Amino acid sequence: MRNETTGMTLIVKTVTRLTVGLILLYGFYIVLHGHIGPGGGFAGGVIMALSLIHLMLAYGKEAVTKKIGRRRGIMFSSIGALVFLLLIVLNALGLIKCQISGSEGSHIFFGAGIIPFYDIAISIMVGAGLFTIFLALVILITEREEQ
Amino acid sequence: MEINSILIFMICAAVVAVEIKDMISSVIALSGVGLGLSLVFLLLKAPNLAVTQLVVEILMVVVLIRGTISKDLPLVIAGRWFFNTISTVVFISVFLFFAYFALKDLPVFGQPQMRVSGEYISRSFKETGSANVVTAITLYYRVVDVLAEAAVLFAAILGVSAISRRIGKVNEK
Repeated sequence: MRNETTGMTLIVKTVTRLTVGLILLYGFYIVLHGHIGPGGGFAGGVIMALSLIHLMLAYGKEAVTKKIGRRRGIMFSSIGALVFLLLIVLNALGLIKCQISGSEGSHIFFGAGIIPFYDIAISIMVGAGLFTIFLALVILITEREEQ
Repeated sequence: MEINSILIFMICAAVVAVEIKDMISSVIALSGVGLGLSLVFLLLKAPNLAVTQLVVEILMVVVLIRGTISKDLPLVIAGRWFFNTISTVVFISVFLFFAYFALKDLPVFGQPQMRVSGEYISRSFKETGSANVVTAITLYYRVVDVLAEAAVLFAAILGVSAISRRIGKVNEK
């Protein structure tokens, strides 16, 4: 069950293949609708990271680390943090005009000014960062078991 | 009424998580505490917080199970049980004594709507366009606070990545 090279059994792999896309889609939904319903950047980012962790637990860690390694995870996390900082600075300086009168059109994506963009930046930072933490802990534990 | 029963369930799960010998059973009991907390948030009409609590709970349980599945730490309980029990009882009674006087003066939950929160509720939708008041406050009025939180989380990510790397950096001369 814990063989790292092959992952878990066929049943787990099939269920994972069917559900991991839906979990990722739910993460996107939570992020993009953070200004309409419950949710937001942090919860959506954690859900995206959880879908990748789900994939990694079922298929073994090589299936995911081939696509998103630690360097790329840290890079995405840094990009998210920098974009968030840049948006805040631009908004504070008044360089981007995001004041939207909220009485009409608040049920659409662009109805809330800059808030959805903040959410997207936070979700990239949180998701990539938590996935990188999980990756680092798993690699550390695996190497300690091998010794 | 439901909140009280959920709180009793959480206390029982926490006692089980502390007292049980097996590590994985302890982690699963701890996840029961987190699930109860998420339900309490949902009953107190805070779905934003409930979603975040549930998601972080799942991540934490996965990480803990992955970390503890192969090891079973020995528990040191021999000796000094008398002193430990006496100090625990004393500290709990002191806490309850002060909590009685402190919690007596708290207003009823959600009863007097404060001035600032009333302003937020009446004005946030018109000013920000966000139907979710929590998001409007955290990402519009208090966005610098969220920036500091993001900085803390980013520092934690960098710290974990720097400490637990695979190969240490070789200091070449």
